[in-house]
Amino acid sequence: MDLNFTGTDVCAINGTRSAPEAKYDLVVIGAGPSGIAAAIEGAANGASVLLVDENPVSGALMGNDTPLYFGGRMTAATQNSDRMLEAIFMSMPDLEKAMEAGVELLLGTTAWGVYRNGPGVQSLPEQVVGLADAERSWIVGFDRIVLATGARDLAIAFPGWNQPGVMGAAALQMLLSRYGAFSGRRIVVLGSHDLALETALLAKEHGLDVAALVEVRDDPQGDAALLAKVTAAGIATYYGQSIAASKGGLDGIESITLTDGTNIACDTVCVAIGLIPSIELVDAMHGPRALNAARGGYIPAGEANVAAVGLCAGLPDTGFDHVAYRMDWVRAALRVNAPDTIICQCEEVTLADLIGIQPPNYLPRPAAIQARSLDTLLDDGPANPDQIKRLTRSGMGVCQGRRCRDQVAMMLAIESDKPFGTIPLASHRAPVRPLPLKILAEWDEPAAMDAAWDVWFGIPTQWVPVEDIGTEYQDAHREMLYTGMYK
Amino acid sequence: MSGSEVVIVGGGVTGLSAGWWLARSGVKVTVLDKFIVGWEASGRNGGGASHYSSPLFDEEQRLWPQMDELLGYPTEHQKGRILIAMTERQWDQYRFIAERHTRLNHPVEVLDVKQVQDAVPLAGDNCFGGVHYKFGGHANPQRTVQAYAWALQDLGGKIIQHSPVTGFETAGGKVTAVKTANATYGCDAVVVAAGPQIPQLMAQLGVDVPLAAARAEMIITEPAPMMPLGGVDGHKIYGRQTLRGNLAYGGGPHEWLDVDATGPAARPSTPLARNLAKRLAELLPKAAHLNVIRSWAGVIENSPDGRPIIDRLTSPDNVVVASMSSVGFGLSPASGHAIRDLVIDGACSFTNIDLLKLSRFDGLEKDWREKRGWMPIA
Repeated sequence: MDLNFTGTDVCAINGTRSAPEAKYDLVVIGAGPSGIAAAIEGAANGASVLLVDENPVSGALMGNDTPLYFGGRMTAATQNSDRMLEAIFMSMPDLEKAMEAGVELLLGTTAWGVYRNGPGVQSLPEQVVGLADAERSWIVGFDRIVLATGARDLAIAFPGWNQPGVMGAAALQMLLSRYGAFSGRRIVVLGSHDLALETALLAKEHGLDVAALVEVRDDPQGDAALLAKVTAAGIATYYGQSIAASKGGLDGIESITLTDGTNIACDTVCVAIGLIPSIELVDAMHGPRALNAARGGYIPAGEANVAAVGLCAGLPDTGFDHVAYRMDWVRAALRVNAPDTIICQCEEVTLADLIGIQPPNYLPRPAAIQARSLDTLLDDGPANPDQIKRLTRSGMGVCQGRRCRDQVAMMLAIESDKPFGTIPLASHRAPVRPLPLKILAEWDEPAAMDAAWDVWFGIPTQWVPVEDIGTEYQDAHREMLYTGMYK
Repeated sequence: MSGSEVVIVGGGVTGLSAGWWLARSGVKVTVLDKFIVGWEASGRNGGGASHYSSPLFDEEQRLWPQMDELLGYPTEHQKGRILIAMTERQWDQYRFIAERHTRLNHPVEVLDVKQVQDAVPLAGDNCFGGVHYKFGGHANPQRTVQAYAWALQDLGGKIIQHSPVTGFETAGGKVTAVKTANATYGCDAVVVAAGPQIPQLMAQLGVDVPLAAARAEMIITEPAPMMPLGGVDGHKIYGRQTLRGNLAYGGGPHEWLDVDATGPAARPSTPLARNLAKRLAELLPKAAHLNVIRSWAGVIENSPDGRPIIDRLTSPDNVVVASMSSVGFGLSPASGHAIRDLVIDGACSFTNIDLLKLSRFDGLEKDWREKRGWMPIA
């Protein structure tokens, strides 16, 4: 074949993608107070506005601690999507105002990816956001997007944390305030900064027994007025302590033991050490982000036509160094956790295997690999969580790293004796929520996509078996397997 | 060449395998990588190892079953593949391929629907049948890349990460050193296995290597129950069930890119994940309920005929250039061996690789990419 032929690559992506189903001046992701306000403001300015929120998510997703760390402490009420929808409207009266203002509202609708042309991709017809509900996925175009995706729970391992009843503060607040669907009775709250204090008080308000507030530092960390309320409510507080052991049964956690030996019976441990701004979409779309310790971690750094509002833009800056605080908790965890403590629950990666950079249990561990460790890996360069997750599988499971990515990054910083800010953020990938194949699938894709589809590049000479070159089989091979790249 | 120093530019699977082979022969090897080993296409591919169209095929097949033992680290290699036909056209095509294998004494078996489902329980009644390759297989790209790197270190080789190569020093018709921003590495020979950056690097030596880069994408699901045969292709997608159970699949249209000397600017995935999901849900309908948990993209280069370039230059005569033309992972045990032979002996010892010489493109016009539409979208 002449190498200098002139033709068209019919297997290239050019022009094969579907157009978005709809286009809006403004798409707002997340219908919390900040998202609703942004949507109403957009509509008031005459923009066409779509407001989506993933809640209520399915019971199956909640069971996988998505999007928050529910710890299996949902009541059966969360299985009833009609009731859940109603609960959302009841708890968020401004949703009706938004609809009255002309905002198109879609609840139970996940934004799983934002895509636009830029470095490495120029084939998108326009910038789009991928959406999905319980039935299907689709894409919509936008001029401006507001991310109001809130904040998610930070989890930090302690002995026995991988059982039902260990959950996050944002999840507990959602189950209590929004859904009235929390199944625990007696809780221990970890932390004493504002989040922990507010969570303990909320639990009290809902008639729960708050058995203890446990703080790893020697002093209370939060707002004095909130602390006074906690003290007035008679909640026992323990300082300079963390969980050294726990016991559990069929229904999960039953008691904890603090580092000073104190035993506390409880059916729930609420990890209220911190919230992580939910920047999954920003990171997956290669948007700029920056570490801001006073605002809870990595936050969107801002760019034209992509705004972040609410907790997604960062926690309220009270001058508190959230990163240093969390690192103290992780240091304590590294002191008390046994080597066989599970760090990545989905993939069952233990602390020893994470720090030892060992492969998962279904693989052999010959002597050479047992001699490898984080220390030997650091000889080759700084710790990179994406490399370590490839080798150990930590963060590679169905919860998409929500439960372990933050603590793993902190452990790597501590173990490599580097500041937290030097550890790269483990990448977020679309879909930023688990989406079934049959839902993600573009069942009605354009004919042009199928016409361009080849298993690989569609270069006819690439796969002609070397023995067949120059024989009758060469032509037969091309005729049978390639249909027109070089036409 | 024992005791001599070879610098390898590019810590992808090809460069690392070459380095490992050279280290096994007593050569002092230094691999320079711009970031972390296997970070580009070598760690982002489908893991297939069944490249019967290549002159390196026999060596690929001979080596893979031994690789865990030879390297000393697990690669997750699994033997065998199956192609499942979802349309009449695919059924014709796959049986055509099966006939061809039979003709060349590669063991294959044509399977009916029931036999397909026995081997691949996630397959449905919607398929026409399958072709079982009783050769070839698949492995875990990320684990394999790291295995080469570690095995190379165990033999005394060095891997210098975060060190993009900026240029070369030459004298007397040879490259005498390879330069990075911070250091100069003296050498007796050089292997340039830098993927899409090969043209820019080789241009510094006055050598034109025609390659064009493009982006391709994959998706992965949460784990499914382990199937008897995890190397499942067909329906114009490729992939594997990992030993953890996840289904990792790719295929479909590519996007041509310009890649400068620093490498791909980004590796964004796109809504093509939806089209991959559709085909995977059709190929394995009993997996349609499984969650997709990630998508990703990689950038790979192709030569004008889609075949590798593995060649030792005449000038400078101590340089071997190696691009696997978008099909490098599975062939890596053999490509490294071939590169080792070219560096040490000047010729490949186990097969004829004249087909892979750079000189086959001598008559290529400068605007070959434009002429055939292998250009980025303007």
